[in-house]
Amino acid sequence: MSAKLVLRDKEYEVKAGMTLLDALKKSNIVPESVIATRNGELMTEDEILRNGDVIKLIAVISGGSS
Amino acid sequence: MKCRKCQNKASVHMRQHKLALCKEHYLEWVPEQTERFIKKYQMFTREEKILVAVSGGKDSLSLWDILMQLGYQADGLYLGLGIDGGIGYSHESQRLSEKFANEHNLKLHVVDIEKEYGQSIPMLAESSHRGYGKPCAVCGLAKRHEMNRIARDLGYDVLATGHNLDDEAAVLFGNTLSWASEYLLRQGPVLPEADGLARKVKPLCRFYEREMTAYALLSGIEYIYEECPFAEGSQSIFYKETLNQLETTRPGAKLTFYLKFLEARKSGELFIEKNVKQGLLHACPKCGQPTSTPDLCSFCRMVEKANVKTE
Repeated sequence: MSAKLVLRDKEYEVKAGMTLLDALKKSNIVPESVIATRNGELMTEDEILRNGDVIKLIAVISGGSS
Repeated sequence: MKCRKCQNKASVHMRQHKLALCKEHYLEWVPEQTERFIKKYQMFTREEKILVAVSGGKDSLSLWDILMQLGYQADGLYLGLGIDGGIGYSHESQRLSEKFANEHNLKLHVVDIEKEYGQSIPMLAESSHRGYGKPCAVCGLAKRHEMNRIARDLGYDVLATGHNLDDEAAVLFGNTLSWASEYLLRQGPVLPEADGLARKVKPLCRFYEREMTAYALLSGIEYIYEECPFAEGSQSIFYKETLNQLETTRPGAKLTFYLKFLEARKSGELFIEKNVKQGLLHACPKCGQPTSTPDLCSFCRMVEKANVKTE
């Protein structure tokens, strides 16, 4: 019973049944720095991860000169 | 979590506002809020001509999209920086900017730094020996110089950039760490026009970077996801990550940090009045743009040092 978080070229396996927020924290990913999508739909942090879910994380930070 | 407006499933939760919205209502809310900020900070009117600095990234393309939806006269400016980094970064940024302009029937000015000054940004950085091995300082300097020059040359009333709250908070954080009072005094949603300087505005300055990413994704805006190859390990990204850790624990911390700064600055509580006055600026003898030194401006000095033929 597991789900997968994918951020760029990294994958994190987490337990299904936990919230997205808990899964991010458990994986040491700062929730404020990513947006999560499941099957192309944006997720909020209270959503429960289901068995076999592949959650794509989109990094939101850009930077450099301004 | 449910949308506050319609009770359907929410797509975006903004903890700092205690507000969750579905896709449809979020895509209404962002332009409404942008309009509110434009008016609050008296950025521009519908009669004025706006030049939007577009980079192909989520913020600048979203800004252009929002201004277009709100009915403002906004053309785009893309600066070709000549950055490749093994991923054709500038090429892809330009392609996406042009694609957006074409799809929305908008006017995009494209200016290539190498064609204008004989060298790309990485080449300028190397030959002028600025920036400690990274071209970010040269890039920032050249962009500010060129955006101002082009906005004025082409007769635009105002130059709009896609800086979001995370950009502003990171700059504020960096300047506060070193108490760079001169820079702190200049920071704000509007930099008024002055002799030789176009008015600069940041209509997205109160949206979190996460919110602008959500807007671009939900709007179907195709933007360059890859980071500038030179941005890795940059100070601004480090500050943003640090502030996001704080935000995770204390929702609203970034917004409060920025807004309280603006309030304090405006009230005069932060700095004494005599320091608020802008220092005396001189016209650069070469390009004519204002500079704090009586000699050449930083940009022209850099170009001269790089031994570049500018004409």
